[in-house]
Amino acid sequence: MEDMKEIIKTYIINEYVEDDSEVTYDTPLISGGIVDSFSMVSLKRFLENKYKISIPDDKATPEAFDSVNKICILVNEYLK
Amino acid sequence: MPNIGSYDERVKNFNWNIAERELDYKPGNVINIGWYCSDRICQMGKADKLGLIWEGQGGVEKRYTYNDIRLATNTIGQFLRDLGIKPEDRVCLFMDKIPELYFGFLGILKTGAIAQPLFSAFGDESLFIRLENAQTRILITQKKHAPKVRKIIDKMPWLEYMIIVDQDPAKPLQQREVAFNLEEMPKVDKFEIHPTYAESPSVLHYTSGTTGQPKGVKHVHYSLIAQYLTSKWVLDLRDDDIYWCTADPGWVTGTSYGIIGAFSTGVTQCVLDSGFSAESWYRFIEKHRITMWYSAPTAIRSLMKAGDEIIKKFDLSCLRHLASVGEPLNSEAVIWSEKVFGKPFLDTYWQTETGSIMISNYPGMKIKPGSMGKPFPGITATVVDADKYEPLGETGKIGLIAIKPGWPSMMRMYWGNEETYKNKFKNGWYLPGDRSSIDNEGYFWFVGRDDDVINTGGHLVSPFEVESALLEHPSVAESAVVAKPDFVNMEVVKAFVTLKPGFTGSKDLDLDIMNFVRKKLSPLAMPQEIEFVDSLPKTRSGKIMRRILHAKEWGEEIGDTSTLEND
Repeated sequence: MEDMKEIIKTYIINEYVEDDSEVTYDTPLISGGIVDSFSMVSLKRFLENKYKISIPDDKATPEAFDSVNKICILVNEYLK
Repeated sequence: MPNIGSYDERVKNFNWNIAERELDYKPGNVINIGWYCSDRICQMGKADKLGLIWEGQGGVEKRYTYNDIRLATNTIGQFLRDLGIKPEDRVCLFMDKIPELYFGFLGILKTGAIAQPLFSAFGDESLFIRLENAQTRILITQKKHAPKVRKIIDKMPWLEYMIIVDQDPAKPLQQREVAFNLEEMPKVDKFEIHPTYAESPSVLHYTSGTTGQPKGVKHVHYSLIAQYLTSKWVLDLRDDDIYWCTADPGWVTGTSYGIIGAFSTGVTQCVLDSGFSAESWYRFIEKHRITMWYSAPTAIRSLMKAGDEIIKKFDLSCLRHLASVGEPLNSEAVIWSEKVFGKPFLDTYWQTETGSIMISNYPGMKIKPGSMGKPFPGITATVVDADKYEPLGETGKIGLIAIKPGWPSMMRMYWGNEETYKNKFKNGWYLPGDRSSIDNEGYFWFVGRDDDVINTGGHLVSPFEVESALLEHPSVAESAVVAKPDFVNMEVVKAFVTLKPGFTGSKDLDLDIMNFVRKKLSPLAMPQEIEFVDSLPKTRSGKIMRRILHAKEWGEEIGDTSTLEND
């Protein structure tokens, strides 16, 4: 789980953060304006590719993607 | 009783001087939007009235009276003037929806310079193209967006300063960078506002077309007349309203109605600068007791998707009037809003070039869900044929929307592109590039665009721009970009791609290409779907036939394929 959190956090920092803002596992991503609704599509695609899962569109909500911790819970649901 | 009173009566007796009188403006006088949106409201005895309630991430809140707005806009204006800004110079605002964006816009106008707002999610290439076209002298931004500017600043000798409004004092500035902290600056009480006139340029907004580079739409200070009156009659803004326009001032709704309409009518405006979630939006309405809410179909459909249960957690009885803009509002959304909020969202139709609402539904007028409504009083609109551009005059027949030029907020030019500007006018009509029909009661019904431009979430994306960006990816040989239907955004970008030898389509390559376009252009322009194909449909002369790909995506008839290569 810690590995997954770190991988996802690093990906988000590399892909979506322009400056040196800190991102933690609880930083609000969608409501905090780091990842917008259009970019969520690419983040979902990354998770699906990386973990070889398929996240249904109706589960990929702004709330479910709003922090690294929440994303990990979502990913784990589909890893099982 | 709504501000407009009877729509039919207003149409019969309309004259733009209704707005001129209300604003105490006489033709030939000085007219400066910055002054009208701050100093004038103070002179009307509302200096202590709240003009802006801003809420940022984490619930941080800032409140500004109209006197605070006057002082802030003076202070920014003076700072720009001290840097040497001159009337008609272009000053770009490249920021999130923070207070400095709103005050910066008005401060620029007070100096007589031209405000050039750009969406802060633009990638470096989108930014460069627009700054190059405008030969922008100064750019105002936040430290989070500064890296995108730094990437391209060496290619922009004309850009003299990048002002950073939240610079960390411990960090060194680079060449051409200047720090500006509004809260720490001494407030400027007396500022000599540049005497702009009706035709003095005010705002340069960029919009996308099917071909060629984005176009800079030039507006003038006289646009205020239409923006003020439509705010009063369509948005029905009243002195005691708490108004929320959800649009970003990087786009025209965010300036015409998120700044000019709001502040010139002297209402209290709320701004929420954080990402979207149904819960945070409803909480915002409840907390600030929003009465007038101007939003977009994409947001409304996202709220529909979040369900009705969540609404029951909030007291939204404060809402008095709702309106929508950006793309056609489907009838389901109108009916849904009436069910859950007790009032319908009224659709409004206009675009960057028109500067203000052209066709709309009005408070007090019968609403036909799914219809665009009727032309604003003083606006002559019809549908014309695509051959001679003559009015069709037949109920229900689909044609090109056409508007008689001459309203106050009409664009005056595409920046440095007179030819394209002239092409927007045919047979004495301005053509916005949309198709519709008119029913037997004079209501307009939107059909679609008349070109290949993609309307995603209310923002126009040029397929040409996306195709050009795709070709810069090392794997892409050819590309064709079309709109794909989408429940929330109406349309999203879909790319068909052929690969260069040595590359094979894969999920990882798909993601790599998506991110490449997102960073280069913007998240809006990022293809939400990429289909790797062996070849693209082309005419015998080699032109890619987007029409065929579009028809397939939308399940439409492909039509004439006689010019198709290998047919």
